[in-house]
Amino acid sequence: MIHFTDVHMRYTSGAEALKRVNLSIDKGAMAFVTGRSGAGKSTLLRLIALIERHTRGQIIVNGQNLERVTGRRIPLYRRNIGFTFQEHRLLYDRTVFDNVALPLVVSGHRYQDIRRRVQAALDKVGLLEKQKHLPIALSGGEQQRVGIARAVVHRPAVLLADEPTGNLDPILSWDTMKLFEQFNQVGVTVVIASHDLDMIRRMRKPIITLREGRILTSAGGEGGE
Amino acid sequence: MTARARLPMDPGRVVTAWLSQHIQALLYSAGQMCRNPLGSLLTTAVIGISLALPAAFYLVLANSERVASAWGGAARVTLFLKMDVTPERAQALATSLRGHPRVLDVRVISPDEALAEFRRASGFGDAIEQLEENPLPAALLIQPDNARFGGTAMEEFLAAMRALPEADTAQFDRQWVQRLVALLNILHRAVLILAALLALAVLLIIGNTIRLSIYNRRTEIEINMLFGATGAFIQRPFLYSGILHGLVGALLAWLLVSGAVRLLQGPVAELAGLYASEFVLHGLAAENVVKLLGIGGVLGWVGSWLAVQRHLRDITPL
Repeated sequence: MIHFTDVHMRYTSGAEALKRVNLSIDKGAMAFVTGRSGAGKSTLLRLIALIERHTRGQIIVNGQNLERVTGRRIPLYRRNIGFTFQEHRLLYDRTVFDNVALPLVVSGHRYQDIRRRVQAALDKVGLLEKQKHLPIALSGGEQQRVGIARAVVHRPAVLLADEPTGNLDPILSWDTMKLFEQFNQVGVTVVIASHDLDMIRRMRKPIITLREGRILTSAGGEGGE
Repeated sequence: MTARARLPMDPGRVVTAWLSQHIQALLYSAGQMCRNPLGSLLTTAVIGISLALPAAFYLVLANSERVASAWGGAARVTLFLKMDVTPERAQALATSLRGHPRVLDVRVISPDEALAEFRRASGFGDAIEQLEENPLPAALLIQPDNARFGGTAMEEFLAAMRALPEADTAQFDRQWVQRLVALLNILHRAVLILAALLALAVLLIIGNTIRLSIYNRRTEIEINMLFGATGAFIQRPFLYSGILHGLVGALLAWLLVSGAVRLLQGPVAELAGLYASEFVLHGLAAENVVKLLGIGGVLGWVGSWLAVQRHLRDITPL
């Protein structure tokens, strides 16, 4: 599903975020990327979502070579990906419903379709009764779940989560991880960047450890160095 | 795994989806304007005034041209007769010309009358006393029927008068009318230049409004991009917002000009009354209102398009 071959990523500032990264995540797998701050976890996810471009090597996602995904193909490619952020990045002038509906509105679904799928996604994260609220009225954990509902509502093939539990207490963090696991069980390939090593070890999934842009270990996972 | 088909493929549904996206963008832009009434009002007021100025000048010009053409048509033709034409023949010619379909009235001015008027008007009375005989010819003052002259008809009539055997020369006393028309032509050009400058101002105002709106909604744009919005989807509300600003501005310009015309109509009618004229100040015709709205909409679209091309490119999802 996701294959990195000798991937380098150098920012225009000259900083090398990733160096010779090789990894492979199978379709339907769930994998964690860990490492200290600045090790390149976020960069790895951002390369998959085409927010950044790698400078050398090859990335293949869902059968598509990302170097060939340019211009008008970028939006279509991104519709196959769900993304959640540590800082949620919700739109605070829109209701929970409208926030979750965004990926469907963007790709031109009909309203009946949108309503059905948004309500299903909100039900899944346990926030159906708060669909008319503004995000500001929700707790941090609830906002995180709105972000997750938004990331899965369009049924992406790949779900990317950048530090999804960064601001949550241990119990909420565990619930959130279990939620990701449920999406993984219905076939979504899930990649989660997290520095919470204790918790991700308990999840018993492949862990890719990065240090200063290089892959250190790829415990339990397929591929890697 | 292949990418699932994300867009409805049957053409009917594609058109429906396209239409509904446009309507959504339009409603969204209108909603944004309503949510910020003071800002929208200020922007559209500036656009309105910028559009009202050239529209008002255009109206002044159009009305002046109507006045000039009315006076131009009323100009009289002076037909100078040859020196050897007798007063009787002059009278006979006047009578026959009165029967001409394009002539309303003819007045005969005898050489004596002409001399008397010249003496009175020129101030050369003493010098004229020295003359042994009257050097002035008889003349016919012809009042043509204005309604029957259009285009080159007046020139043709003048040529026909000159061709009369009794005629020495014929003049159409419209020099001042020609000067007025020349002046109006200059003003016409000045109004065009002014209109072009103010159109540029409208473009800049709308461009700046859209630029600010793009930066205010940066987060939203980034999220939309990250979840696969196309460039067209992201641009659409901004383009509609530009068109709406332009249209509302043009509407405001129309109201301003109509108000001004209404305020001026009374005094103008009074003045026209003093000249025994039927002249009425005309407002913008329906056709011109449509043009004004069209210009407003197009300027809004172009202004926002330029802003969108310039500023959306800088934004990439975070």
